[in-house]
Amino acid sequence: MSATATLGVERVPLARREWFVRTLQLGVILFFIAAWEGLGRAGLLDPFYYSRPSLFAPRIAEWFAPGSTAGDIWLDIRVTMTETVLGFLIGTLLGLIVGYAFARNRLLGLAFDPLLSMFNAIPRLVLAPVFILAFGIDLASKVALGVTLVFFIVFFATFAAVRDVDQTLVDNVRILGARRRDVTFEVLLPAAFSAIVASLRTSAGFAFAGAVVAEYIGSNAGLGRRIATAEAFFDSTGVFGGIVLIALLALLLDSLLQFVEGRSSRWKPRRER
Amino acid sequence: MPPSIALRGVSKVYRPPKKPPYLAIDRVDLEVDEGRFVSVVGPSGCGKSTILSLVAGLIPATIGTITIRDDPVRAVRTDVGFLFQRDALLPWRTVRENVSLALRFCGLGRREIADRVDPWLVRVGLAPFADNFPHELSGGMRKRTQLAQSLVVDPSVLLMDEPFSALDVQTRNLMENDLLELWGASGKTVLFITHDLEEAIALSDELVVMTAGPGRIKARYPVRLPRPRNVSEVRFAPGFASLYERAWSDLRDEVLRSYERSLRSAS
Ligand SMILES: Nc1ncnc2c1ncn2[C@@H]1O[C@H](COP(=O)(O)OP(=O)(O)O)[C@@H](O)[C@H]1O
Ligand SMILES: [Mg+2]
Repeated sequence: MSATATLGVERVPLARREWFVRTLQLGVILFFIAAWEGLGRAGLLDPFYYSRPSLFAPRIAEWFAPGSTAGDIWLDIRVTMTETVLGFLIGTLLGLIVGYAFARNRLLGLAFDPLLSMFNAIPRLVLAPVFILAFGIDLASKVALGVTLVFFIVFFATFAAVRDVDQTLVDNVRILGARRRDVTFEVLLPAAFSAIVASLRTSAGFAFAGAVVAEYIGSNAGLGRRIATAEAFFDSTGVFGGIVLIALLALLLDSLLQFVEGRSSRWKPRRER
Repeated sequence: MPPSIALRGVSKVYRPPKKPPYLAIDRVDLEVDEGRFVSVVGPSGCGKSTILSLVAGLIPATIGTITIRDDPVRAVRTDVGFLFQRDALLPWRTVRENVSLALRFCGLGRREIADRVDPWLVRVGLAPFADNFPHELSGGMRKRTQLAQSLVVDPSVLLMDEPFSALDVQTRNLMENDLLELWGASGKTVLFITHDLEEAIALSDELVVMTAGPGRIKARYPVRLPRPRNVSEVRFAPGFASLYERAWSDLRDEVLRSYERSLRSAS
């Protein structure tokens, strides 16, 4: 009894109280919105350039209203998401295959190392116009940009994971009777997947960014297109509406992936997750 | 009957890239008879792990021959059990899946695997943790899992590389007793590596002392202590202290030599 009583008295630091932290976070967001709105109304932040929450919030609502004059918002979301998912999947698959091959074959890795480093050094977004010229204005160019972004993340993660895999694990399963194929599927690929999952949120974020930027530069549909159109009409409210919508989608995507990551890392010690 | 394990004139030279070649063990001769528990002690870096890797076929000998029951070791041996000093469990597999690995690799079906794995999980006291992942277990429990993992296919030879050196003293004594009990009636040959002389004597039928690297065999002592033994009591048995003293005088010189060498190479 007395033991529980003493435990109850102990103070939990504020930073460890879930409800307090949540309230604080919400407060910061509300303050930010209020400040934006207030500065806009006071004329300190010119709404012509910076819009105002009370302007773009209704705009977003209007996009979602049936029969909106700004075109089908669901179509835009679908287009951007399709490009993101395809870029992510293709980039991940290529990164995994090439990363695995390079880690397993020393000569191959050495031969391609300088070329890959060179490609990786290019700021990928400047490739967007090139891809649009090469692959056209539709889906393919957006996916291509996403692939070049995702590929290198997954490639480096896989390469390092497979190359640095704990030799003790390999020796152990070999003594337990693993053939080459078993070593691949029981040790090397799980090690690679673990690294890929750890970089999942980064690479998916890049695929999304790649899609939006490529749309912005040249396309017929998508959220990037929506922003570009608004910009062409000096409609900053439309631009900010698009940006906020993109941010919300990115947040949604990220929490989905966080869930996936948590699900597939149950075997990892908490501090490594 | 051929010796269970035999090394004849075995040397191993490591050739690390961009470094001079290094002679790790030098003309080692060692025979271990069927069913015996033999421990090898020596200062760190004298080539103890190298010997085990050679016997398991993980690395090739530079010269000399190694045989298991007269069968030359040419590739990785799957008929031995190997307990690594470092954690060797697959972190992404549960205890049950880890213990099942060897049976899965030889293509057994679900039912057969369960029939053979379940008794082992009970034997090493891990049945309640069968669906836990290695990181959720204590060091002692992980060692038990590894023990079950290697023993589930009933190998005739068990190679152990300082298996308990990372455990605390109490857990370690428990594990040592459990090992003796598991080994007791099994007829398995055990080649046990340790740097702890007391552990070596307490467990073994025979003690092998190695020189500082390049490792050679310096002395061999039979251990004539009665079995069954309890490792925490056998230290007080008559004969233990005198054997310890003799073996330690051999070992001490080598430990000092190894230590001086490490100081010299550090400066
Ligand atoms: N793969 C390797 N490449 C180069 N040197 C090695 C390698 N493995 C072990 N050695 C060296 O061989 C010697 C013996 O190593 P090891 O057998 O691990 O010793 P022990 O287990 O007795 O501590 C050590 O000096 C070690 O540095
Ligand atoms: Mg060692």
